[in-house]
Amino acid sequence: MERDLVIIGGGPAGLAAAVAAYDAGVHDVLVIEREAKPGGVLKQCIHNGFGLTRFKESMTGPEYAARFVKETQARGIEIMTNTFVVDLTADKTVTCRNESGIFTVRAKAVILAMGCRERSKGALNIAGTRPAGLFSAGTAQKFVNVYGLLPGKRVVILGSGDIGLIMARRLTLEGAKVECVCEIMPHSSGLRRNIAQCLDDFGIPLYLEHTVTEIHGKERVEGVTIMRVDEQKQPVEGTERYVPCDTVLFSVGLIPENELTKRAGIALDPRTKGAFVDGSRETQAEGIFACGNVLHVHDLVDFVSEEAEIAGIGAAEYIRGGQRAKEYVPAAAGENVTYVLPQRVDASAQRVQKIYFRVRSVMRNAVIKVQAGAYEKRIRKPAVAPGEMEHILLPAGVCGGVKEVRIDVLAAEE
Amino acid sequence: MFDAIIIGGGVIGAMCARELTAYRLKVAVAEAADDVCAGASKANSGIVHAGFDAPCGSKKAKFNVEGNRRMEQVCKELGVRYENNGSLVVAHGAEEEQKLRELYERGLENGVTGLQILDKTALARLEENLAEDVTSGLYAPTGGIVCPFQLTIAAIGNAMDNGAQLFPSFAVCAAKRTESGWQIAAKDGRVLEGKVVLNCAGYGSAQVARLFGDASFEIRARKGEYMLLDKSCKGFVRHTVFGLPTAAGKGVLVSPTADGNILVGPTSVEEDTYDTSVRREGFDQIREKADAMLKNIPYREVITSFAGVRAYSSRHDFIIGESEYAEGLFHAAGIESPGLTASPAIGRYLAEAVADRLHAKKNAEFHPERKSAEWFRQLSREAQNEIIRKESAYGRIVCRCEEVTLGEILQALRQNPRAHTIDGVKLRTRAGMGRCQGGFCQPSVFNLLMKEYGYRAEEVTKNGGKSFVITGGEI
Ligand SMILES: Cc1cc2nc3c(=O)[nH]c(=O)nc-3n(C[C@H](O)[C@H](O)[C@H](O)COP(=O)(O)OP(=O)(O)OC[C@H]3O[C@@H](n4cnc5c(N)ncnc54)[C@H](O)[C@@H]3O)c2cc1C
Repeated sequence: MERDLVIIGGGPAGLAAAVAAYDAGVHDVLVIEREAKPGGVLKQCIHNGFGLTRFKESMTGPEYAARFVKETQARGIEIMTNTFVVDLTADKTVTCRNESGIFTVRAKAVILAMGCRERSKGALNIAGTRPAGLFSAGTAQKFVNVYGLLPGKRVVILGSGDIGLIMARRLTLEGAKVECVCEIMPHSSGLRRNIAQCLDDFGIPLYLEHTVTEIHGKERVEGVTIMRVDEQKQPVEGTERYVPCDTVLFSVGLIPENELTKRAGIALDPRTKGAFVDGSRETQAEGIFACGNVLHVHDLVDFVSEEAEIAGIGAAEYIRGGQRAKEYVPAAAGENVTYVLPQRVDASAQRVQKIYFRVRSVMRNAVIKVQAGAYEKRIRKPAVAPGEMEHILLPAGVCGGVKEVRIDVLAAEE
Repeated sequence: MFDAIIIGGGVIGAMCARELTAYRLKVAVAEAADDVCAGASKANSGIVHAGFDAPCGSKKAKFNVEGNRRMEQVCKELGVRYENNGSLVVAHGAEEEQKLRELYERGLENGVTGLQILDKTALARLEENLAEDVTSGLYAPTGGIVCPFQLTIAAIGNAMDNGAQLFPSFAVCAAKRTESGWQIAAKDGRVLEGKVVLNCAGYGSAQVARLFGDASFEIRARKGEYMLLDKSCKGFVRHTVFGLPTAAGKGVLVSPTADGNILVGPTSVEEDTYDTSVRREGFDQIREKADAMLKNIPYREVITSFAGVRAYSSRHDFIIGESEYAEGLFHAAGIESPGLTASPAIGRYLAEAVADRLHAKKNAEFHPERKSAEWFRQLSREAQNEIIRKESAYGRIVCRCEEVTLGEILQALRQNPRAHTIDGVKLRTRAGMGRCQGGFCQPSVFNLLMKEYGYRAEEVTKNGGKSFVITGGEI
């Protein structure tokens, strides 16, 4: 099979990229989705708050996804479901498996939109037993929201990622007692609004600089030991506390699912764990683009859609015009910035380029400083936090001949 | 009335069962747990040891070397993953090199073939990530790796295909003599009668022996903790790399597994009970020892940690053969490492002894082969397409990380011995054993178990007993 554009993943990123590419003039688009229905992880996110930034209205996850599914349908874009991509090569050959067999699709351009997975409890090396009742937060979410089953009645949540926070509220509403949320860092990795609406409103304690050091129970979890940690994240002797529970949820980070990206030999950024990309979200493999959580973990789907559109338009331009010579300038993470994305911008781009970044630590009265040669811009922010992605807009034409574009987050001078 | 009852569904019981069904004998396997492969056979290093480590003249040495010779053929028949990757024991400096030479001599005497002492340059050609201060190594080309759960499950499955009967959740708690042999009873009152009984109860084997009036040995527990690294680390080491053995065992090793991960461990901790919990200091101990052998071990790629319990006898050797105190009771007790390696040899030895006792003839219908859990993935793409056209379930991926299809899971639910728990499916198919540790596929496997067995949601367990997955009820 030969197609102009193949998009791997039918979640919010893949769907928005498909629509954008179509509208930019590429109509031969195939979206490949491994699950039975498109929508990705949004299908199980039945809480609201999606779309606030982009549509100025609050939708549930399925509603947000449905809006994009409708857009693809209106354009007659093909979504091939129950189809698993097993291999990808740098020359854009996509190997798939579904109930009709194993087959390959050759594409002119590919957009990677595979999303991310949860970091598992196994990766944490927690002492103790391995009984039933240990769930990744997202797995528990699936049991509750898709299967209508409550994993347990007395719950401890490790990690204050957004899914964990959302699940704290969800489980409480369904009658479970959430004993506490433990976060090893001095700040939560979740959105501030989720801490307020999911924990504070229900009186669920959030223990910062705390972790679960041991799991107890033979057949089913019976309790956990929690401890305070020091600055090196090492448990502090003498702070042990036993918390009885029958369920532990792990919300300890999301990892972009880049197994296919690696198979295609595409370089990954160790900080984002996604591909290195340029302003149009093109990876270092020509004609292969990436967007959404496979590229870097977003906290709001609104930004995923936005990024997907950038990739969709980029792929469409590539398909229609071939590779245009690009003049690359690296984008650097400066003071108090963990990463910037894209990692390089195109100095010859004719349009505004959006650069996302995350700060390293919580800061009040911050100033975001953007510098590209002679161009400098400062933006004041009342507060920044690692759990909330920030962005700046880089005007066209400011990076010609400069060595790098650099973003710093500084304390505002009074 | 059975001819032979095997107590214990670990790898030793499994191999005994399989070899016994090669005779015209009625065979039963009584296993205390909900599923087979519940003890040491589930959590070990999976190494097919060459045999240079066991003391000369010991049963360990004899059965190890013989088991090693037979392993490849057995794995072929049962369709189990096995690889002859070779092993290395590394030494640092003159003192350790002296010990290496002793090991080499012992190996020769035990009948291990192909042993070679290699210098630093030769070692570097075999493994590129060895620690800088490693000075020489003992190379054993007959060392290998095998998937221990596949081996155990496939051997029992094959025995069942050949007529053996499995009694899971049958914890033997009493035994009494009958006119023609023994009657054993489970906690819930069920009884089985057999002419002879094979005690393959692992950690429970001393207790079992006592039920028959044999108190001649004790079994103690020595725990070993591990870290398992993601398949993305494949190639970090190709051989099984050991440090020098000590009195407490073969020490920490770093090895590829037959399934393509990298295994680091085990520790060695004496315990009073059978306890598979892992300790924080265990991880530090593993790292310290492993880092002395290899540099830049990618610990960031850890996907899980676990522990297994070595059930060793007070005699510090395998106890194999008929009890001196209970006629018709055959022991395979104290089977610590290299028990996995030795299992094909122990199974054959005991089956011959039992057949001899019962004057049994060979079973002409015995079929040594079993449909492998791997058969589908080993096919060419064309052949896979052929199958998918007939059975579309093979076109549906359930476990993303290990790329396990619905067809393979259904096979695990229906093939002897049938899986009926989440872990049962995992051990048979690897669904849930990958980098996300079941995050994605657990709900699907959960659903399939409900469908296949008509379970209610609250009845599905992780690994039997009260290990219920869902305890909060329906919403
Ligand atoms: C940490 C570790 C690492 C090892 N590494 C290796 C290695 O690399 N290579 C190697 O060759 N060997 C290795 N071994 C040794 C090997 O794993 C064991 O020798 C082997 O698995 C023992 O098998 P088994 O069947 O005797 O015991 P088990 O697998 O423990 O099986 C015994 C079974 O008996 C059942 N049982 C107990 N009591 C009763 C009862 N009363 N009624 C009914 N059923 C009962 C139990 O539930 C259990 O399923 C290792 C062992 C450990 C612990």
